[in-house]
Amino acid sequence: METILDFFSFNNVNVIYVTIGSMLLTSSAAIVGTFTFLKRKALVGDAVSHSILPGICLAFMLSGDKNPLYLIIGAFITGWLSLIIIDLITSKSKIKEDSAIALILSVFFGIGILLLTIIQKSGNAEQTGLDHFLFGNAAALVGSDLVTFTIVALILLIVVYLFFKELTLLAFDEDFAKTIGMPIRLIELILTTLTVMAVVIGIQAVGIVLMAAMLITPVAAARFWTDKIKVLILLAAIFGAFSGLSGAFVSYAAPAMPTGPWIVVVISTIAFISFFFAPKKGIISRAIKQRNVVQQINDENILKSLYQLGEQDQEYYTNRTIEDIIQRRPFNTSVLKKGLKRLKKQGYMESKSGTWQFTKEGKNKGQRTVKLHRLWETYLTKYLRIAPDHVHDDADTIEHFLTPELESRLEQLLEYPELDPHDSKIPYQKNKIKNNSTQV
Amino acid sequence: MIEQVENPIIEVHDLTVSYDKKPVLWDIDLTLPKGKLIGIIGPNGAGKSTLIKSMLDLVPQSSGFVKMFDQDIKDIRNQISYVPQRESVDWDFPASVLDIVLMGRYGKLGFFKRPRKADKEVAIDSLRKVGMENYLHRQISQLSGGQQQRVFLARSLAQQADLYFMDEPFAGVDAATEKAIIQLLKEMSSDNKTVVVVHHDLQSVTQYFDWVILLNTRLIASGPTNKAFTHELLEETYGGKLTLLTEVADLLKQNELPNREKKVNK
Ligand SMILES: Nc1ncnc2c1ncn2[C@@H]1O[C@H](COP(=O)(O)OP(=O)(O)O)[C@@H](O)[C@H]1O
Ligand SMILES: [Mg+2]
Repeated sequence: METILDFFSFNNVNVIYVTIGSMLLTSSAAIVGTFTFLKRKALVGDAVSHSILPGICLAFMLSGDKNPLYLIIGAFITGWLSLIIIDLITSKSKIKEDSAIALILSVFFGIGILLLTIIQKSGNAEQTGLDHFLFGNAAALVGSDLVTFTIVALILLIVVYLFFKELTLLAFDEDFAKTIGMPIRLIELILTTLTVMAVVIGIQAVGIVLMAAMLITPVAAARFWTDKIKVLILLAAIFGAFSGLSGAFVSYAAPAMPTGPWIVVVISTIAFISFFFAPKKGIISRAIKQRNVVQQINDENILKSLYQLGEQDQEYYTNRTIEDIIQRRPFNTSVLKKGLKRLKKQGYMESKSGTWQFTKEGKNKGQRTVKLHRLWETYLTKYLRIAPDHVHDDADTIEHFLTPELESRLEQLLEYPELDPHDSKIPYQKNKIKNNSTQV
Repeated sequence: MIEQVENPIIEVHDLTVSYDKKPVLWDIDLTLPKGKLIGIIGPNGAGKSTLIKSMLDLVPQSSGFVKMFDQDIKDIRNQISYVPQRESVDWDFPASVLDIVLMGRYGKLGFFKRPRKADKEVAIDSLRKVGMENYLHRQISQLSGGQQQRVFLARSLAQQADLYFMDEPFAGVDAATEKAIIQLLKEMSSDNKTVVVVHHDLQSVTQYFDWVILLNTRLIASGPTNKAFTHELLEETYGGKLTLLTEVADLLKQNELPNREKKVNK
């Protein structure tokens, strides 16, 4: 607890550097990642991030210095080179893109690890901390790094802003983009460069091994919450920044701990939560929606049965027992009881000492369901030439989903028939009550 | 039956197109008249989409050339509009109907410019023409197949081009909508616009098109509908691929041979 307070009081200027730095890095990666995600090129980030290791090592070997600028340049060169080679392999040979990516990724990363081992054996005092690039160490961020990273992140944001229209179109419909004369190769080059930039600065906090996750996971999580691309980018950036913040905190609380895995755990948790709890697209909300549909069908079936009992006796508003209803239609008793209680709460039913009776609204609703059932049966026999004894099951489902618009179109098309194919009377309402509750 | 025209709007000269060294279109040579509604007809896998795409320079041409308005396609892109097959894109993309139709204005806008009010007006007007003006802000993932197709058409209309290429614009569209769309295309062609449509329903060909191209890896016919759309030529088009041609194509692929020897420059 004390550590948390300490951290958020930002007394230490270094804590501020580390926090801002990490958030900047992770949110930049999330923004660029949005376009790779939409282009369905998730593997590309993986290739780039692994391919920059040899660049970093070479830059260090040549300069003998850990100046981030040199390392960035080195990383940039090999990261970029890897994508160009992948592109060449895919276009000039029969090897498919995913295989080419796997190939280049392992070759470059292998060389990188080899170089890293050589450096570590060389005994150069400067080399300590170079292996931080593997799993990231946000705590190693210092003021001068921050300046470099801020500049790179700003360039990245500006370029995304300027080419937003082109990047979006390229992700949605490449062929169309070509036909309007958009320079596809150039835009792709820009996206590649942005990806490399985001990865290169991101590895400081996240590390090479997990960097690809930082490109894709924030947007994958954000996609559950929105259908608007601008909101998507913003949300991805916020999710990314939040995970960056948590990484910085871990780094502060336990400086020896690699930050990358922590950042990825946090962003994965966000993705996980989104997957379950997001409204509309989340698993839970979809399950609830499904349950509601099942309940609606059940309740309408109850009203329908009561209406049919009423038809039999020419008396709609008498008290019916559970047994009466089950005799009309085989309900599971406990499901039926639950449904009746729900209908009472909604004002469609009244109960008196264990017996049940329609309210006026309840009768209307039951009547409408019966009407739709019979109209649909009529439609099927008349227009699809299906035998009358084959139409019942179909109508049993459709009756719950016909919207009022379809209902009136059906009535007009069939010209308000009196009887259905089984010679039952189709019950029209005299003063039609608009009832939208069955609309889906 | 291949009829050539004077002052063609499109000239396809000896065009051969291959995927992965295997030719799927052989020696297509045709010219098309201006201001007509033109249908490309042929069985599945005949290369109809490929023909359009190679005309638009979306797939590389193994040999031959294509000219439109007597110029190279690169110089007249803003006079041309393309409606891809509906399944060629991911409709789960986070965009609204209006977003997509505005893409039709990007060619005119160029870099760094956002769509302006006037572009929005054109987009909305195009949506009105296809009866989708009430869906402006609807997410494209929530549309039915026919509605998605109409959004693509609206995007194309928003381009205000002179020459349109449409790949199966009636796929998944209900009969009433198809009627409305063909009416629209006919109006466009009477406005002296040229519309090239990939179509697979043989029933409606004579009602819809002024000119037809019959295609099955090779060109079987290109001419006015009454001359080219004959029983005999249709039989040739749908009578299966020429086995010899298919075998040679496979051979080229296996041996990675170029399907045309390089000309020696004297
Ligand atoms: N990108 C591709 N790579 C390899 N083969 C392709 C590709 N696109 C199409 N083909 C092949 O080319 C042939 C023609 O395809 P296409 O032009 O789509 O036919 P159509 O539009 O007439 O149905 C088919 O045999 C198809 O399998
Ligand atoms: Mg096709």
